[in-house]
Amino acid sequence: MRALLPRPLIWTLAAMAATTASLPLTGCSPGAETEEVNLYSARQENLIAPLLEQFTDETGIEVNLVTGSADALLQRLRQEGRNSPADVFITVDAGRLHQAHAAGVLQAIESETLEDNIPERYRDPDGEWFGLSMRARPIMYHRDRVDPAELSTYEALTDEQWEGRICIRSSDNVYNQSLVASMIASEGADAAQAWVDGLVPNLARRPQGGDRDQIRALADGVCDVAVANTYYLGLMLEGDGRDRDVAEQIGVFWPNQDDRGTHVNVSGAGVTAHAPNRDNAIRLIEYLSSAEAQEWYAEANQEYPIRDDVPTSEILADLGDFISDDIDLYVLGKNNAEAVRIMDRGGWR
Amino acid sequence: MTASATSPGAHAPASRRLRLPFSAWSMAAVVTALVLALPVLVIFGHVFIPAGEVWEHLRQTVLADYVTNSLVLLVGVGIGVLLIGVPVAWLVSMCEFPGRSVFQWALMLPLAMPAYIIAYTYTGILDFSGPVQGLIRELTGLGYGEYWFPEIRSLGGAMVMLLLVLYPYVYLLSRAAFLEQSVCVLEVSRTLGAGPWEGFRRVALPLARPAIIAGLTLALMEVLADYGTVAYFGVSTFTTGVFRTWYGLGDPAAAAQLSAVLLSFVFVLILLERWSRAKARFHHTSRRYSTLPRYRLRGWKAAGAFFACLLPILLGFLIPTLQLGIWAVQTTDQWMNPRFAGLVFNTFWLAIAAAIIAVGLALVLAYAQRMEGGRVTRVAVRIAGMGYAVPGTVIAIGIMIPFAAFDNALDAFMRDTFGVSTGLLLSGTVFALLFAYAVRFLAVSLQTVEAGLGKIQPSMDDAARSLGLHPLKTLWQVHMPIMRGTLLTALLLVFVDVLKELPATLILRPFDFNTLAVRAFELAGDERLPESSSAALAIVLVGLVPVILLSMTIGRSRPGQGAGQEDATDEDPGRRPRSRPLAVPAGTAVNPSADDPQDR
Repeated sequence: MRALLPRPLIWTLAAMAATTASLPLTGCSPGAETEEVNLYSARQENLIAPLLEQFTDETGIEVNLVTGSADALLQRLRQEGRNSPADVFITVDAGRLHQAHAAGVLQAIESETLEDNIPERYRDPDGEWFGLSMRARPIMYHRDRVDPAELSTYEALTDEQWEGRICIRSSDNVYNQSLVASMIASEGADAAQAWVDGLVPNLARRPQGGDRDQIRALADGVCDVAVANTYYLGLMLEGDGRDRDVAEQIGVFWPNQDDRGTHVNVSGAGVTAHAPNRDNAIRLIEYLSSAEAQEWYAEANQEYPIRDDVPTSEILADLGDFISDDIDLYVLGKNNAEAVRIMDRGGWR
Repeated sequence: MTASATSPGAHAPASRRLRLPFSAWSMAAVVTALVLALPVLVIFGHVFIPAGEVWEHLRQTVLADYVTNSLVLLVGVGIGVLLIGVPVAWLVSMCEFPGRSVFQWALMLPLAMPAYIIAYTYTGILDFSGPVQGLIRELTGLGYGEYWFPEIRSLGGAMVMLLLVLYPYVYLLSRAAFLEQSVCVLEVSRTLGAGPWEGFRRVALPLARPAIIAGLTLALMEVLADYGTVAYFGVSTFTTGVFRTWYGLGDPAAAAQLSAVLLSFVFVLILLERWSRAKARFHHTSRRYSTLPRYRLRGWKAAGAFFACLLPILLGFLIPTLQLGIWAVQTTDQWMNPRFAGLVFNTFWLAIAAAIIAVGLALVLAYAQRMEGGRVTRVAVRIAGMGYAVPGTVIAIGIMIPFAAFDNALDAFMRDTFGVSTGLLLSGTVFALLFAYAVRFLAVSLQTVEAGLGKIQPSMDDAARSLGLHPLKTLWQVHMPIMRGTLLTALLLVFVDVLKELPATLILRPFDFNTLAVRAFELAGDERLPESSSAALAIVLVGLVPVILLSMTIGRSRPGQGAGQEDATDEDPGRRPRSRPLAVPAGTAVNPSADDPQDR
């Protein structure tokens, strides 16, 4: 041995081995004594961790968490197959939940609690996934430069009067994809194409940044109307300093109140097909639909609670009531690819 | 290996006794290279899955955009990093001017800055709502659209962001090359009447070319893999296209095929470089060193050098760090807790382990190729190295597929034969993560190590071996001391890259396993820049420690200076080639040694 490997090299290898071994090799040890539940979450850690800690305090069940993009986590679930340690899969849009359902990585759950807590249209008819919080994507406008009477529907944004006055983020974003997918569902693909074709020339600038950036651009005078999710505005209003100054100049208009309603989407969860801790998984989802957790969603993240008996936050309540588009949300997942093609063809970057 | 059988005798095993470990060595290299190439091969494998008419759709709508934007970005960043990296490396290596000793390490600092963080930060500073334009409006009284200001969220903006954080690759590698160059060569050029400029252009630059190209290739591969910056700026490139096709169009096969096209970009890049270099090899033919006095710059020349070095540090490091610092002070609750310390510690050890593994593997592979360039190893190493240009999420899937397949197959076998379930042994473990880093950053360590090893002339091996030194001992006692600077550079590059690595970490990590990059990105991606600043700043600060430490060592690694001198008195016979120069005229160094049998 000594002839083959110089001693310092052996030391280096030993050090490498020791360093590697000192790192935690697995986050969880399956079959351990403690009760646990393993979570793959497309919702960011800081937007869910407080709820999970609360769940552990109340039930004694440890929650192990991996966050990431929904598509990548879905791929991980599929590759891991029946040996996957994951019990619960959480996404922030219904389309991804539908795709998980279609890929066969979820299982149907029967839970009276969930059926009581969650209105029918916010959960999968087969019981494979359940909506947990809701967000709307209305039209926002600058109070000084736009009279809300000028606004009516998403479709009307293609009118000539809005030329060069609209801000919206890139079509890479799933919220825009879902918006177009909802249009395909209710008005048909041709109408959706006509909308995209008409919207693009009206944009004030090449799509860029996130939803908050569109709201800021309104305040800066880059554009007069924008399309963005409600919780971004809510969080800006709740914050302090510049963002609140910006948000206070912004009005919210609920489009399509006379026909299909304003586009909404849900975040939600499902129990995985091979969940090793199936009962704990159901308990976790039930907890996330509880009044207590729903209040937290409303207050901490400015989302609409999924249950009718939990009030929205004061900030959201100030934005007013609205009629939401009540198509079955799984349709958003089904139409997603078609929506992207339409946006590609329309030149929406 | 046929290659060694047909090559001139000098590279065949020195004696029969050594033949056995030799092939064991090359076998190990072949296996290692093949395993590392697996993820990229998995992605290439998708080429054979029919992707329907998605391609037709892409071709008709967005493909032209992807290609043009990616090419423009590549060319722009490429020119930029060369124009910054090489001149400043030459200035701090060969000239004396105020601040030089600080600049030589400070110029590496932007390396620790993740591209998406600098992009978010500069957007905060420079976009319409930011302080700079706010000041302009306040001073002039103009409103939106009434004055011209460069749009930060644009193709040009992305170019500037990327070149600011990527030039250190070129700087680091070319500086290491300049420092390792035999001073004799430069001295000869001076005695032949070459001025400083002439010496740079005709002697130092060609000698450093492999290192410069290696740095450039790394920078460009990172441009191709970048997602965060271009996505935020709304620039459609191949990478954003890959994700759009996968996530949006729901077609992973077509997305993998787009990645394969991306890889062929890299392949062409590598081929072009190899073709242009033809058979030229630049070895150091002399290990005789003496201190060459640096050119002392005075007056406006000194001032020019000073500002040329200051500007990239200012833009690529000081300004964004200052902004991050201001935000971090405003959000103390984000980092003043024991969890944050744990996060720093976790990231630090992960990066160290990954750096040692990646450089160790690179050394094994590069040395195996040097001894007997088996074709399988060579091709596999090239394929594995391409992992650097693939978006992290895609390469992560390329790792996940074989790992999970292995785990599930083993589990099924154990269930059937022994009735025991083994579950997932590799997937979702730190091992998978370290493997991912090895694949993803092999290009970094390999390019650097190869550039260093390539400069050591083969006769050195022959001399060591004819004196009875085993190949491994030759590597350990002859090559590694000579290329200490190179090895440290490679370690530093991988270390910092792992600190910044996000997509593969995100998707492959075990439960409850966080790194600084994950924390920074989750918050920044949600447009909560101030909250993300402490994690981003910690990445920069953790990256800073080795940058400074290693820079000091690299500075000393120039033979004939400082610590290098002590080695000359070392009694260890293995070090002798260093202190006993081989009798080859220095002037022949720049001649391409076309007879070199190790054609790569």
